[in-house]
Amino acid sequence: MNPFVRRNLPLISTAAIFILLFASASLKYDGFFSGSVLVNIFSDNAVLGITAVGMTLVIFAGGIDLSVGAVVAYTSIFSAILIQRGEHPGAVAFYVLSLGALFGAFMGTLIHVFKQPAFLITLAGMFLARGMGFWVSNESTSITHPLYDSLSRFELSIGENVHVPLTALLLLATIVVGYVVAHFTRFGRNLLAIGGSEQSALLMGLPVGATKIAAYTLNSTLAAFAGLVATLYTGSGNPSLGVGLELDSIAIVVIGGTLLAGGRGHMIGTLFGILVFGTIQSAILFDGRLDSAWVRIVVAALLLTFILLQRAIVRSTAKR
Amino acid sequence: MIDYAIPQTPPPARSPLIWPLAGLGLLLVINVIINPAFLKISILDGHLYGLPIDILNQGSRGMLLALGMTLVIATGGVDLAVGSLMAVAGAVTSTLLVQHGASLPVAILAGVSVTALGGLLSGLMVSWLGLQPIVATLILMIAGRGVAQKITGGEVIVVQNPSFEFLGNGFVLGLPFSILLVGVFYLLAQLFLRRTAAGLFIEAVGDNEKAARFAGLSAAKVKALVYVFSGICAGVAGLLATSNIRAADPYRAGEMMELDAIFAVVVGGTALTGGRFLIAGAFVGALLLQTLTTTMYVVGVPPDVATVPKALLIIVVCVAQSDVTRGWLRGLFKRRAL
Repeated sequence: MNPFVRRNLPLISTAAIFILLFASASLKYDGFFSGSVLVNIFSDNAVLGITAVGMTLVIFAGGIDLSVGAVVAYTSIFSAILIQRGEHPGAVAFYVLSLGALFGAFMGTLIHVFKQPAFLITLAGMFLARGMGFWVSNESTSITHPLYDSLSRFELSIGENVHVPLTALLLLATIVVGYVVAHFTRFGRNLLAIGGSEQSALLMGLPVGATKIAAYTLNSTLAAFAGLVATLYTGSGNPSLGVGLELDSIAIVVIGGTLLAGGRGHMIGTLFGILVFGTIQSAILFDGRLDSAWVRIVVAALLLTFILLQRAIVRSTAKR
Repeated sequence: MIDYAIPQTPPPARSPLIWPLAGLGLLLVINVIINPAFLKISILDGHLYGLPIDILNQGSRGMLLALGMTLVIATGGVDLAVGSLMAVAGAVTSTLLVQHGASLPVAILAGVSVTALGGLLSGLMVSWLGLQPIVATLILMIAGRGVAQKITGGEVIVVQNPSFEFLGNGFVLGLPFSILLVGVFYLLAQLFLRRTAAGLFIEAVGDNEKAARFAGLSAAKVKALVYVFSGICAGVAGLLATSNIRAADPYRAGEMMELDAIFAVVVGGTALTGGRFLIAGAFVGALLLQTLTTTMYVVGVPPDVATVPKALLIIVVCVAQSDVTRGWLRGLFKRRAL
């Protein structure tokens, strides 16, 4: 097999699955094959997609973060309450992003310095953030502010029928920035090196601790950003938002061909992961007979398929 | 990496149960200070009533999950699917009872069999396919909730069956039936694990899988079986939960219970890295968590917010138990001794 194809087989197969899914849905459902469906995939999954970009970085380094859904919920309700109390949205955005960064740094420090399993610490972080969200307010709070009105009405028109809302644009921008950070910076290379072998990275003199903590910090900041996008998308803050979001986020990263054990992966894969997830969701919506429970089952099945595929590839490359 | 140093076995702790018991005691003392009637038990209609009895009854589900989770963690794995499997068991049994008119034993057996099958799937993914336990059980965690929702048709199924309600609300000899059931599970597990070589096998696989395999132990079988057992525990816990609220809720049944179970095990003195395990410790850990939850109810903290102190407790315990902190403390005491 061509070495380029072999190296990027997970990525290529994700892209192939997306094209296959989108094509078959377009054949089955009238009106599926359109720019607006594609745009909707991005705007409906903006919150999920932004967390998936951060999750990709954490998983690159062999970590995992189960707290992102709760951070999204906390950020959304906290910023909604602050804005309703008369704070300026810009200042609120600054507060919640800093808070997210602090939260991630805290979890990263516990994981690295105290050598705790990432899933346990971030699961505790999930409890913490979720409870804090309900502490702020236990019900959905809508946001009324002129800036929010104009931002949520903002659309970029491409052609006659395709209007890209701000949430979709923010997701695309995050993916581009994530792509650059992951594949064109020292930080991104360090992440992959740590994920490949923390021992080797340490012996090479890479800043393992700082990089790992930075990955969790960046991820929680992105989750907070996703929470802000959620307030734009729904026009409100809700402490029960994003239950199970972290699982979908991990699923997207893995479907995108990133190795869950770390050390191997691609941000473009995550983009295709979002597209695959969104296509399944839209197809189920178009069908009307199927309900949302199927999304979970299909995603779990895809997840298993991809993990098995990756194992096969890793084994076949290890043999050479 | 090859470690050439001779592994040093840590000195045996005086009693691994002492820390969780001390934590539970401390929590009870705080509770009695806040509310002097906290430990009061009264007798009504021949049943014992009171907050401690309530803690035992409500805590029985966490204890069951912790029992299965202890064995899974002892083999070096983890089972994230138990919460979803609880929902699946509730969904299967209540649908059979309510919509298909099945008899109670058949419905219960079906519910627990399905979760045992779920455990078998996790076990096969871990042992046969060699997936990381977190990943394998994560798949089942995601799919499980979807399956539970499919079974009930996305609705909450109300169960009105006096015999079924007895599981989670009934009393035998003045004690809640659920806690007695947990006691039976505990005795059977202890007998099986400590009177046969099963417990040793589990510890051997968790301690050093390769060595266990070279010693002629089928590590794959041991691993697969602990997940099946965890699945069965989750199934029974799911039925207790369903019976307790007289309804099967595919969305919220067993929500976040996986963390409670893992935490109970960790507090109970079983290391997440596998090896030696202590079921009694996990039970004390589960009771500690339930006491904390009940405390929150009594103090008037809304249940949704009650996760905050729980999370803080988890973080404090993890940090306190870590080798890094122990090293620091040891250094501190050594310097003083000099």
